[in-house]
Parts: sequence; C-alpha cells; structure tokens
Amino acid sequence: MSGQASQGFIALGHTDLLLAATLLVLAGGLSWRLQLGIEKRLLISALRASVQLLLLGLVLHSLFSTQSPGLIALIGSVMLGIAGYEVWSRQARRLRGWWGYGTGVLSMLLSSVTIALFSVSIILQPSPWYHPQYLIPLLGMLLGNTMTGIAVAMNTLGRETWSRRGEIEARLMLGDKASDAIADIRRAALRAGLIPIINSMATAGIVTLPGIMTGQILAGGDPMEAAKYQLMIMFLIAAGTALGAAIAVIIMAHRLFDDRQRLSLRRLSAANDN
Amino acid sequence: MACGTWYSSAPEVDLLVRHLQRAGLNDISLSVPAGQTLCIHGPSGSGKSLLLRAIADLDPNQGQVSLGGIRRESVPAPQWRGLVSYLPPESHWWQEQVRAHASDWNLATLEGLGFAADVLDWPVSRLSTGERQRLSIARSLARTPRAMLLDEPTANLDPGNTLVVEQVLSNYQQETRAPMLWVSHDPAQRERVALLAREIIDGILQ
Repeated sequence: MSGQASQGFIALGHTDLLLAATLLVLAGGLSWRLQLGIEKRLLISALRASVQLLLLGLVLHSLFSTQSPGLIALIGSVMLGIAGYEVWSRQARRLRGWWGYGTGVLSMLLSSVTIALFSVSIILQPSPWYHPQYLIPLLGMLLGNTMTGIAVAMNTLGRETWSRRGEIEARLMLGDKASDAIADIRRAALRAGLIPIINSMATAGIVTLPGIMTGQILAGGDPMEAAKYQLMIMFLIAAGTALGAAIAVIIMAHRLFDDRQRLSLRRLSAANDN
Repeated sequence: MACGTWYSSAPEVDLLVRHLQRAGLNDISLSVPAGQTLCIHGPSGSGKSLLLRAIADLDPNQGQVSLGGIRRESVPAPQWRGLVSYLPPESHWWQEQVRAHASDWNLATLEGLGFAADVLDWPVSRLSTGERQRLSIARSLARTPRAMLLDEPTANLDPGNTLVVEQVLSNYQQETRAPMLWVSHDPAQRERVALLAREIIDGILQ
C-alpha cells in the first residue's frame, strides 16, 4: 500500500462506534423479546471483540514505533500458540497428548508462518523486512484462515476414522498398507478443509465483497489497489490452507497407526462436544 | 481352480504360535500343521477373537508367531496379514461396488458360494448380511492367503449356506494345504471341519 493512494478517509469518532453499538443493542433487545436466548452471548462476544481489538490496536501502535525484532517474534509466537489452541479445541476427536496440540501448531508454523515470511521478504519487501506493519497483519490473516481449514480437516479425519474403523481394519486384515487403508478418509478430510477457501475464491467479487478490500476502500484506498491486495492475500491464504491442512492430515493419519501399521484408536480422544 | 498358480509349487507351511501374550490372553502356544484345521471354542469373552487378531498382528502382543519358515517380525505387517488372512464375524465394505474390493476374484469360488459372476457389479448396499458374509470369504480367498484365521465365518448364515461355506473353505484347503484356525460355537460344525479342537477359558488355552 503506497501512501499517496489514500484520497482521504472519514476518521471514526467515538460517537460513530456508539451508533453502531446501538444497532447491536437493538438486536439484543429483539432476541430478549422473542426469547431467542442469545442476547447474553451476543453481549459477551461484542465486549470480547471490543477489548481484544482495542488492545490489539494499542499493541500494534507501540509495536510500530519500536520495531523491535524480539517483540515481533514474541507476538508472532503468541498468535501461533493461540491459533494452535483454537485448532485443538475445535476437534471432536483429537490426538491424545502433545500430538493433538503439536500437530496443529507445527502445520501452521510450516504453512502460515513460512508463507508470511516469504511474502514480506520476497513479494512486499518492506524495509526492514520484518516491519510489523506488514508482517503482523499478514501473519494474523494467514493464521486466522489456515486455522479454520486445518481444524476442519483434522476434525474430519478424527471423526471419520472413528466411525469408519471397521472399513479401515477390514482393509488391514486383507493385507493393505495403512496408508492405503486410510487414503479415502485422508482425501475426504483434506477436501473438507479446503472447500471453504476454494469457494470463497470462486465467488470473490461476485457474491461477496471480501473483507480486506472492503476495509481498504472504506479507509479511502484506491479500489484497484485494494483488488490487487485482496488477490494476493487470497492466494496466500489458499496456498497456506492447502499446505497446512495437508501437513496436518499427513501427520495425524500417520499417528493413527503404530509401528506395525495397526489402527491405534487409543491415540484418539473420546468425543468432545464443541 | 486353474493349475500353475503359485501354491501348486509352494512348500507346505505350518502355523506356529509360541508364548503369545496380550491383555486378555495368557501365554498361548499352539500349532496347526499344513492342510489341517484346529477349531477353537469357548464362552463369550474368553479370548477367541483376541487370539486370532493377535496372530494376525492387528493388536499389540508379544510372542513368536511363524508360518513355515517366515517369522512374523521378519516381514512388513501388511504382508504378514496377507499371508495369514483374518476373517472377522462381521464384514465391512469400503467401495460402492463389490468388484472394487479385490483385483483378482476367483469365479469358481464365487460359484461355489452360490453367486453368479454378475454379483461383482452389484452395489454392496443391495446385499443382505448373509450375502456380504459369504462374499467376504471370496474376497479373502481372492488374495490367496497361505493360512486362514476364521472367526465364526458362518455365524450369520442359515444351515444350507453354512455347509456351502464349509465346502468352499475345505476345497481351498485341499488345493493350497493352508492351515486354518477356526472359531466355532457349533459342536456339529467342529466335528465336520476339524480333527482337532481346543477350548479357551479366561484367556487360557486348555
């Protein structure tokens, strides 16, 4: 984003935010009146979003002024750690022990973090290359999106392996290799993780106006520049999700069998309802 | 069955199990000579399926298991399971069509089990439980195992089909000299298919 592209934008005041919040209060009132029972959760998530985003603004503000590499690395690690927890918590049947958490973190490290570093050092080339104005938002975008794809893929793999264990073992009994016996399920898991990003690329600009582009246009950016940024982000997200989900599915499917290629369902946790 | 297949020249192999241990089983040793069947019987939960699954290396266990000169640990696990085919009491299918479940169906075996060749083009969902069970035997034999671990192969079948399955397995054994370990609840069946029978109680082979 070059500086001169902004043809001025309308700065948001506290009153503007309060007006938007009033609409939310209306929605909450409606939920209360119709006894839909979501007003409490609506309130809590709205409060969470406010606190989290304002804190983020504060942190980024001071981060941009210091540009300390150590601090940037620390914030990146915290983001990765929290994304890893999200992936872990969204699976109904996950790998037991550190494998459950570690598989998600490792696959995001190898996909999101690598791609974020690749895009700042080769595509955008800010100076210095770790400039937090570029690195942190990119990493956040990538983590947030690959996280969903990886969680869906791992959740599908765990659930399907459990429910189709009879089929997997039937193939093992006939002498099939473990990797062949679970190939169909691995494919289904990967597809489930990738379908959302593939669909959103296919409908981008026709059905949906993607978030980054919207935000940039509202903030006064040139629509053409906004489109190019959006495209780059989408490509990065799609590549990151595909890479991350593939790594996660390969590690997890491998871990579901032991050294004699026996299906080892003890390594899968009992079902959680999330 | 056509001549010239691998087993016509294959040496006879015995199935040997020494000091097999796992949760639910206590130091099991047995041997089944080539061309013979050993029947295993015992109350529910006594460890019959655990024993067969352990021999096929489907669950973690300790002990020496070998087929002819082949030690279990000396070959990759999938290859071992292809040699000693475990047939579970309930069959599972992972493709839509029957045909896709094996690459080399033996039409004579299918016929012996009471099926015409066009059964291979049927969707699995069209088959009854009993038909699936009989076809799962053809599916196992299509891989030409050198020993068989049969876990109540006729449990879901009517008396007529029970005899049909016994005949097909007996034919296969006569052609290949494969040793068979056969779990059966039915004393009359044990009389028909095996000279030897042993009982398992609380994980101990009597």
